[in-house]
Formats: sequence, structure tokens, C-alpha cells
Amino acid sequence: MTPGQRKRAFLVGAAGLVILLIWAVTGLPGFGAYPGPYGPAITRHAVAQTNATGVVSAINFEYRGFDTVGEEFILVAAVAGMSVVLRRLRGEKEQPAAREELPGGGPATSEAVRVAALALAGPTAVAGWWLATHAQANPSGGFQGGVLLATAFVLVYLSGEVLAFRRISPASVTEAAEALGAGGFAAVGVTAVVLGLPYLDNFLPLGSPGSPGAVTSSGTIALISFLVGVAVAAAFVLVAGELLEQRLLSSGGTTPGKG
Amino acid sequence: MRLTYFPFLVAVWILACGLYGMITSRDLIRQIICLIVVQSSTYVMLVGVGYVTGGIAPYFSDIAGPHATVDPVVQALALTDVVVEAAVTALLASFAIQAHKRFGSLDPQDLAEFKG
Repeated sequence: MTPGQRKRAFLVGAAGLVILLIWAVTGLPGFGAYPGPYGPAITRHAVAQTNATGVVSAINFEYRGFDTVGEEFILVAAVAGMSVVLRRLRGEKEQPAAREELPGGGPATSEAVRVAALALAGPTAVAGWWLATHAQANPSGGFQGGVLLATAFVLVYLSGEVLAFRRISPASVTEAAEALGAGGFAAVGVTAVVLGLPYLDNFLPLGSPGSPGAVTSSGTIALISFLVGVAVAAAFVLVAGELLEQRLLSSGGTTPGKG
Repeated sequence: MRLTYFPFLVAVWILACGLYGMITSRDLIRQIICLIVVQSSTYVMLVGVGYVTGGIAPYFSDIAGPHATVDPVVQALALTDVVVEAAVTALLASFAIQAHKRFGSLDPQDLAEFKG
């Protein structure tokens, strides 16, 4: 099938899909007229039930916690798959010449990028840490906080400190942290079962209703969010490390093998 | 009033654009980016479905008294999905790296020819 034929076949199918989708969305209640029972019900009761003022976090780490465990393991599986795909190739291509290139093999960095990246690394890490540990009150929790934490590591790389990036994120530590975060999330759920409660039930004491901002105010929500933050941060540092390693190896003089 | 469906039609449009890019692009990295575009349409759809006229963000630390808020359930779905999408993108990028090393090309057409 030539690209031209493929494009024509696609345009016929896409036209049908778009027509069906437009038919479907015009059958929805209009924009702003959300009728669903779940959102309003949770919004009404979440603060009283979980003592968390951030209802999205309360859903992610409490009401919908079981589903979030699944998403967490999708993330872990994707990162593990990436490590496997790239690791086998590295064994094939690893050459002494490529290794020796590494210390100076980082990207040529301008002073402006270097200063900006180094200045941002600290505040980014602090913001990520705060987001990951205060899920009960802020709009993100561990997922977004973890990505910010990983960004702080990547900023160290961007500042040209390739060796520092590798020193602060050895694969043994990041892999262990990822496993600890993901496994810890599942373990919190199992702990509830051991205590005779439903899986992932909030078994830690809630704080007083007047203190919704404190880390300890909403039981397991902050704990789970922190574990998710650790797992996500470790996962994305691993991703960045693997991909940057590929870049350094290919710039180290290895030629790609042809078919 | 037809305009009340406009955000949903935007989601359909983004989906169609992404699919078109995936079919026509001759570069694996571009195809991955187009897949991200396709997935972005689901965020527009989810957040659009959950919007309530006059609703504010469902964060009650500084809201005095009852107030209409947008649906937090779809926001929670979109929030986790963004991160999972990033990890899946990394997995696909690693496949593209491997394909380029094996075949010296990122054109999916070339990869198909190598298969036999």
C-alpha cells in the first residue's frame, strides 16, 4: 500500500469516525450542564469524610485509590519496559572508546542555560517535594510532584553537570526508590486488609476538622501521595538517565549498525 | 444552542488531527508526538464534560460556604493520565531509538521493508 492509497483510505475512515463522534457529542448534555451524580456527591462529602480540602487528591488517593494503584503499575511497567529495551542494546554497543568520551561528552552548554538551570534546580525540588507531601491540600499530589522532583535532576544535567547528574541518581538507588514507592502504595492497601478493613481503606487517624492543611490531617492520603511521588520521581529520573545515556553513547563515536 | 457543544467538537478536531498525523508522517518521533496529540483530545473531552457553569476549582481550603464546583472525578482521571502518558511516550521513544540503531532509519515505511 503506497502512502497515497493509505491516506485516501484513512480520509474515508476518518470522515466516518468524525461524523459518528459529532453525532455522539451532540447527544451529550451541553457544556457546563454536567448532570453526573458522582462529582457533586463526592464534592459534598469529601471534606467531611477525609478531612482533605483538595478533593481531586481525595479521589485519587482515597475514593479511587484502587484504580490509582493500577495506573501506578502501568507507569512502573512502561519504565521497566523502556529499561529492558534500551539495556539490551547498550550491551551490544558498549565500547571502551564510548566510555572514555563520557566525562566531556555532555552537551555544549551556554552560560545562560547553565546559570538558569542551576538556579531553578533548588526551587523546583522544593516545589516538587511540597506538592508530593501535601496532597490533601494542594491541586496535584504525588504524580505531578514526582515529575517536578525528577525535573530538578534533569536541570542538573541541563546545566552541563553530566557527572553530577550520574552521581546523584545512580541506577541502583533510583530503581530501588521506584520499587519502594510502587510497592509501598500496594503495601498501604494490604495493611488495611490486615487490620480487617477494605483494601486501601484510610486506616490512619484523621486530624481535627480545623486543621485541614497539616500533613497528618487526612490519614493515608498524604502517605500514599508521598509514596507515589517517590515512585514517579524515580521513574522519570530513570527515563531521563536511560535516554541521556543513549545520547552520550551515540555521540561517543559508535556508528549505528545497519540492518 | 449549537455552541454549547463547541468544547466537545474541539476534542473531536484534535483527535482527527492527531490521527491524520499518525497515518501520514514518515518519522517515528513525529508519529509518537501525534499519538500525544490524540491523547490530548481525551483531556479536553474529560475536562469539558466535567465543567459546571459558574463552577470553581474543587479546593475548599479558602472557599467560604457552599459554592458550585466543577466535577473533580474527571480531573482526577486526567491528572493520573498525564503522567502515565509521559511514561508510555518514553517507552515508545526507546522503541524508536532501537529501530534507528537496527535499521538506520526512522521511517516506518523502511522498517516494514526490513521485516521479511
